[in-house]
Amino acid sequence: MADDLFKALADSTRRTILDELAEKSGQTLFEICSRLSMKHQLGISRQAVSQHLAVLEAAGLVETRREGRYKFHDLNTAPLRQITARWLVRDTSGPEENSS
Amino acid sequence: MKIHLTSVFVDDQAKAEHFYTQVLGFVKKHDVPVGGTDRWLTVVSPDEPGGTELLLEPAGHPAARAYRDALVEDGIPLAQFAVEDVRAEYERLRGHGVRFTQEPLEMGPVTTAVFDDTCGNLIQIATEPR
Repeated sequence: MADDLFKALADSTRRTILDELAEKSGQTLFEICSRLSMKHQLGISRQAVSQHLAVLEAAGLVETRREGRYKFHDLNTAPLRQITARWLVRDTSGPEENSS
Repeated sequence: MKIHLTSVFVDDQAKAEHFYTQVLGFVKKHDVPVGGTDRWLTVVSPDEPGGTELLLEPAGHPAARAYRDALVEDGIPLAQFAVEDVRAEYERLRGHGVRFTQEPLEMGPVTTAVFDDTCGNLIQIATEPR
């Protein structure tokens, strides 16, 4: 699971997708593609965007939701807590912090 | 050569006639029976009565459903109409109960939004760059 998470984050296009979903959750594939091409001038195919979304979904960072005939993509930042729990949280609760 | 007619497949022509004229505000141009219950049904913009016609074509062909379902699932619009102000049109159509799959989105010089035409298609509205 941790490998999936770091792999998902290790790509600038996928980070841009997360930026856009952070701005507004609940986007169709078409809206994500529009934002990447029009706002970020990223000329990538719809198939490539789908593959990026699949990687993000495997890492738990993106969840898909069906509503009638439509499919929306939502951001889920919960997996990012693994990163803070692994390093940052330990630092701030460590003995050095408490001794000050 | 000119583009004088384009079409969208619709589930139900009577429902489509209502939506495209009463809700969107287009004007009916031709309505001719063409066999069975099918009609040659076209609408035009009130701003351009002699402009491009939109044919509201029965989606009877078995391939039409699979094609449209796949596009709708991914949020892909089948046609685009130009409006003066996407946000104002969004508010107006929402007042009619129209469902949007993409809210107004500013992308550089263009603003777009995508809605469901209640007849099986998604339609994009856009402001033309000035």
